[in-house]
Amino acid sequence: MSREKKSGPGMRKSLPGRFERLISGLLRTGVWTSLGLMLGGLAVMFVHHADYLDSNRELQRLTAPGAAFPHDLSAVAAGIRAGRGQAIATLGLLFLIGTPILRVAVSIIGFLLQRDYVYALVTAAVLALLVTSFLLGKAG
Amino acid sequence: MQLSPLEFTLMLSGIAVAAGFCGSLFGIGGGIVIVPVLTLLFGIDIRYAIGASVVSVIATSSGAGAAYVRERMANLRVAMFLELGTTSGAITGAYLAGILHSRWLFVIFGAMLGLSALVMLTRLKPGTRPVPPDVWADGLRLHGRYFDAALDREVDYRVTRTRTGLFLMYLAGIISGLLGIGSGPFKVPAMDLAMGIPIKASSATSNFMIGVTAAASSGVYFGRGDIDPFIAAPVAIGVVIGATLGSRVLGRTDNRLLRVLFVILLLTIAAQMIYRGLR
Repeated sequence: MSREKKSGPGMRKSLPGRFERLISGLLRTGVWTSLGLMLGGLAVMFVHHADYLDSNRELQRLTAPGAAFPHDLSAVAAGIRAGRGQAIATLGLLFLIGTPILRVAVSIIGFLLQRDYVYALVTAAVLALLVTSFLLGKAG
Repeated sequence: MQLSPLEFTLMLSGIAVAAGFCGSLFGIGGGIVIVPVLTLLFGIDIRYAIGASVVSVIATSSGAGAAYVRERMANLRVAMFLELGTTSGAITGAYLAGILHSRWLFVIFGAMLGLSALVMLTRLKPGTRPVPPDVWADGLRLHGRYFDAALDREVDYRVTRTRTGLFLMYLAGIISGLLGIGSGPFKVPAMDLAMGIPIKASSATSNFMIGVTAAASSGVYFGRGDIDPFIAAPVAIGVVIGATLGSRVLGRTDNRLLRVLFVILLLTIAAQMIYRGLR
């Protein structure tokens, strides 16, 4: 491709290109995996609960404030071991949230490989902020 | 409405497909439509609505971001650097959402929705403006280039006012964390007008950043227990399918009439959100 030839000096030119493709593939795989998990989780919920097909009271229980659903990792793990659809769908949501976080983590390695230490540091700071957000939600 | 869980799931995913489709068509995220639908139509608590929306924002951004990075429209360095601002803003905003009374969430959401709708009408003109030199942009090597398909050549650009840009991104991050939206309509003008990044590269970079920003706020929302899988999963599934369809089938539209009609629809929803908050 003629575009790629112009992208950088010396042998570095191929690395960012490969890296961008890796990131882009990572993002897509993450999205489609989580989509599959969410679909599967919802399906399991409906299979397990016949009353979900016609009861409005069940809908209230599922969606009103104070509804019971897992919102920490150990509850998700316990739910999956018990084969609960809700926990599988939540795992899908966590995959989705995790995709950009993983992207950031992989970028750190990419910048290190390019010996771009300033950006490795910037990216590590972003990753630290992302991890903080999970701890903060727990505390709040 | 007296819906069963099954009817709810099917209706919600259907609406989410439409929201994702319109979103990719008009270059806005689906979140800005999803929150009013969940609250005004289904009577869902606004915190659960925002929690569902924030996850769908990640879904669309990761999908769109993947394509943009492949086509080298997004400036990865600018994205990484500005994410310092957007993620810390998002955490601030998500934290604020937990302590603000929900009626204020309705009012602020309505106001921001109205503002984004108006931003959609002002067309940013692509073109080269004189760019004041900026040592920060030089030091961080933010300057970039992208391939412009319309011009059929590479376009080089220089970045400026880096610190102002970072601060504006912090503000955009607060809005996005507070309301669970991508806030692209605020990021793109900030990058284009303040930092001198051409509109096409700005939109691509903004789209790419939105996922990380939303991940920061969803961390807070998830830990707080505001991401209800029964609401968030159908929304995320629908929005991804809608956005994929939208970008495959049509690409972004420049149809003026369609755009104006959509803006009117958004303004109507904005007014309803504000009314709901003040009532």
